[in-house]
This record gives sequence, structure tokens and C-alpha cells, in this order.
Amino acid sequence: MSNTFYNEILTDHNINPVHKHAIDGANFSLEGVNPSCGDDIILNLKIEDGVITDGGYEGDGCAISQASADMMLDLVIGRTKEEALRLSDIFLRMIKSEITDEEKEELEEAGVLSDIAHMPSRVKCAVLGWHTMEEMLKEE
Amino acid sequence: MTGQDREIRSEYPIFEKRKTHYIDNAATTQKPRCVIAAEAKYYEERNSNPFRGLYGLSVAATESYEGAREAVREFIGAEDTSEIIFTRNASEGLNLVAYSFGMHCLQPGDEIIVSIAEHHSNMLPWQMVAKEKGVALTYFECEPDGSFSLEKFKNLLHSHTKLVAMTQLSNLFGRAYDIKAFAAAAHEVGAVFVCDGAQSVPHMRVDVSELDVDFLAFSGHKMYAPMGIGVLYGKQKLLEKMPPFLYGGEMIDSVSRDGAKFAELPHKFEAGTVNVGGAVGLHAAIDYMKRIGWETIERRENELTERAFLAMEKLPHIRVIGSDEPLEHHGILTFTVDGVHPHDVSAIFDEADIAVRAGHHCAQPLHKHLGLFSTTRASFAFYNTTEDVDAFIDILSGIRERMGYV
Repeated sequence: MSNTFYNEILTDHNINPVHKHAIDGANFSLEGVNPSCGDDIILNLKIEDGVITDGGYEGDGCAISQASADMMLDLVIGRTKEEALRLSDIFLRMIKSEITDEEKEELEEAGVLSDIAHMPSRVKCAVLGWHTMEEMLKEE
Repeated sequence: MTGQDREIRSEYPIFEKRKTHYIDNAATTQKPRCVIAAEAKYYEERNSNPFRGLYGLSVAATESYEGAREAVREFIGAEDTSEIIFTRNASEGLNLVAYSFGMHCLQPGDEIIVSIAEHHSNMLPWQMVAKEKGVALTYFECEPDGSFSLEKFKNLLHSHTKLVAMTQLSNLFGRAYDIKAFAAAAHEVGAVFVCDGAQSVPHMRVDVSELDVDFLAFSGHKMYAPMGIGVLYGKQKLLEKMPPFLYGGEMIDSVSRDGAKFAELPHKFEAGTVNVGGAVGLHAAIDYMKRIGWETIERRENELTERAFLAMEKLPHIRVIGSDEPLEHHGILTFTVDGVHPHDVSAIFDEADIAVRAGHHCAQPLHKHLGLFSTTRASFAFYNTTEDVDAFIDILSGIRERMGYV
């Protein structure tokens, strides 16, 4: 049981999400789907002058996909697009276990997902929110 | 563990090397030592290309292969070995029927009826035939408890119904269907009955002559045999009028520049070098199951299912899909946990080294019919023990708490 990634931080973000709701005045919206778990989220961001001023997600999926999206939004709301993309890069590298301790600290709670690298079948769940945000910001 | 548990499990090398509670037997079973040894012995002592070689070793390989065919024939009660075609698995057998019979013997205006409880293996080939041939495809819906009404089935049948595809035992509900009655009804309107036996053949005595099905497909790997060997049974009169599915070596009598005269059954459907090692393994698995006996297999599987089912019934937030009667589950318990995604359920079981399956179990239309996206499935084989059941229930009862629910 020691080797679990269902720790309190993750289960709390899953059951009591902070950002799982619609966003008034969102100007960016994109659906992300992970067919293997059936995770399906719609990410909504409100971006003003290059800064993510608000964000939320809606949808269904496994605890890892939902909690990961919630932790991501905790981290990126209030940051510039460039900052958000830089954090996304760190997160996606963390999943491949290629980051420094300093970088992991920057991810705050999202760092609890670092062990997901050992569960290849669940990597797609953890990165769903991040990939969706990246796609959205890079397309803009 | 009882003495019988220990005796049975001592035949499985994997249980000595891994302490996993393996409860995903509807996906594949573990292999007893006698099966592994039989396949190894074939390669060590008798390996060569069967049928072709004009030397003793090739004759030995042919004997091994044809001996396996006879063992299968006897096991499922077929009349003749010409009706037993070796395939890779049930999926390949069902595709053979679809590509050969479906694509050549069905016409626009005909209808195929497929039960909604089918594994994708017995659904997608028929969707393909329907599209390619302009044949109508009708789904036969199940009741909420996973049963099928014979009356409703009879009402669906028409003179233009030419083929019915139905499983004998659902991989989701674990329910067994009265295939004899459904096949008889299909035959009354002149339809051919294709039965998926992938889940039934490993867990109950199946006799094709008694059931009077036209085709029955199953996989070796779900019945203690190696992966990569399966069987398609087909009635001789149908197989004879069907064209080959795959073309190639050792399935002809003679070939000219303009065409070929195909070999007799069953070789017409076994192009290329066949899987003799796999067939020998399947032969050993059949002998093994006969040695254990249906009485023991069914009694143990029923006891395990009942023990798990009764414990699950007492747990709040757990819902078992299908019948309320444990003995109608044949070792298969598919369930949901309120508020917890099946992939998380399965991952939490994995942390305790318990292997169960999560997902749609290759039955997406059935999940949709039931208003579910995915589920978790525990499936027992006779080598499982009450310790496996209790470990499973122990983790299951704590899952909601583990996920943060109070």
C-alpha cells in the first residue's frame, strides 16, 4: 500500500475540485479526450492581455485526469501564457522523469503526480489537462 | 487454502513465482505445467512442418496436430474432424465466418441479427458484412438483468433473416443463454446461427450436436491453453459451400496459372504453416480439464462466485451488473463503485496485487445500452481460492474510503 499515487492531495482534488465549473466570459475553450479511460474534459480559459485571469474545466473521467486538471488550474491562473507553457513543459518532462528538484517544486501540488511515470497506462490521464491547455495556447 | 486448492495450484508455475490474486480469467487463464510441458515437448521431440514432409518427423507433427483436432471434436461433441478448423482465436474464427460465409452467401435485402451483449469480436465482423453487402443489421436487445427473451427473439425473426450472431455466455453479465432454443428458432426461418463460445467453452460442457448451432468459435487461451490457438466449429454442409478465407500453402489440391482446386475440409480453411505447438497445448488443456472434471470446475467456480457475490451485495455503493442470482454469473462479476472511476478501482486493486479488469470489456454498445461508460470486472476460474475472494472483498470494501469519501 505504500506505493500509492492515490494520496490525499490527489483524492481531495478529485472529490472536491476547486475549478470544475463553467467560466463566465471564457474566451478559450477546447475539449480533450483520452479514449483509454474515457476521460473527457472541456477546458475553458479567460485570457486577458496575455494573462490567464480565470479558468475551469467540465467533464468526466478517472481521478487522475480530473485531479490533474484541477491542480494545473491552481497553478496557471494568474500567470502569463508563456509561464503556463513553461510549467506545462516541466510537467510533461516530469512524467518522463526528466526534471530537477527545483523544477518539481515549481509545480507545487501537481508534483504529486511524478510517480505516474511508473504506470504507463495512466500517463495519458495525468497529461490530459496539460496537453489540452498546450494545444489551446499554442494554436492561439 | 484447502488441500484441493493446494493440489490444483501446485500445477501452475506462475502461482509459485507470483503472489498475484489473479481474477481476470475472462480475459485469459493461467497455464498449468502440463500444457506448457506438452508444447515444449512437441518442439523438443516432434517439430517439423506437418502434411508436407515425406519423412517420419513430418508424419509425427501431422499426427500431433490431427490428434489435437480429434480431441477438440470429441470435447465439443462434433460429428466429424472435418468440422474442426484451427484458428488463432475466437475473433479469427468469427471473422472467417463473416468473410467467407457472410461476404459470399448473403445478399442485399437479407438481414443479420446480432445480440447487443456481443463482444466486439462477434459484432464488428457483422457490421462490416452489413456495410459491404448492403445487408440489414438488427440488434437484439437484452433485458436489464442481462437475460434475453425467446419470445422477443421470435418476434424479431423474419423470412429475410439469414444469420444470427449470439454469445453463449456474456463476458459482462456472466449469464449463459439457452442457445439450443435460440438456434432452433433461427433455424425455423432458415437463418444460420453463429455462436461465440469464448466464455462458455472454458466453463461449462458444450455439445455442438445438442445445441445444433451452425458455427461455434472459441479461444484456447481462455481455457488453460496457449495464446494463438483457437477453434472454429462449422457444420460440414455449410463449410463445404464456403470459399476459403485465407489463401496460400497447404490449402489446395492443385494450382494452375488460372486458378486452384482447394483442399478438402478442414484444410481448405487452414492456409499456411499451422500452429502445431499451440494445437498440442490445446490438446493437453482439454485432457487437463477432463482430468479435473466438470463437476469440480463448476462446483468451485460457483462457490467462489457465490461467496464474492454475497459479500458484494452487502457493500453499500457497489452494484453488480446483471442477475441477482449468484449462480447465473458463472464466475463473472462486473460492477460499479459509486463515485469511483473503474480505472481507479482497478489501480487500487493493483496496489494490493489483485488483477481485475477495468474498461468497456470490448462491449461498448452493451455499456451504452446499460447507461454505463465503463465497469470493473472480476472473473474467477476454478483454481482461484476463497483467499482470492476475501482479498478482493477486503480491498473493494475500502475503495471509497481510499478515494477520500467519508
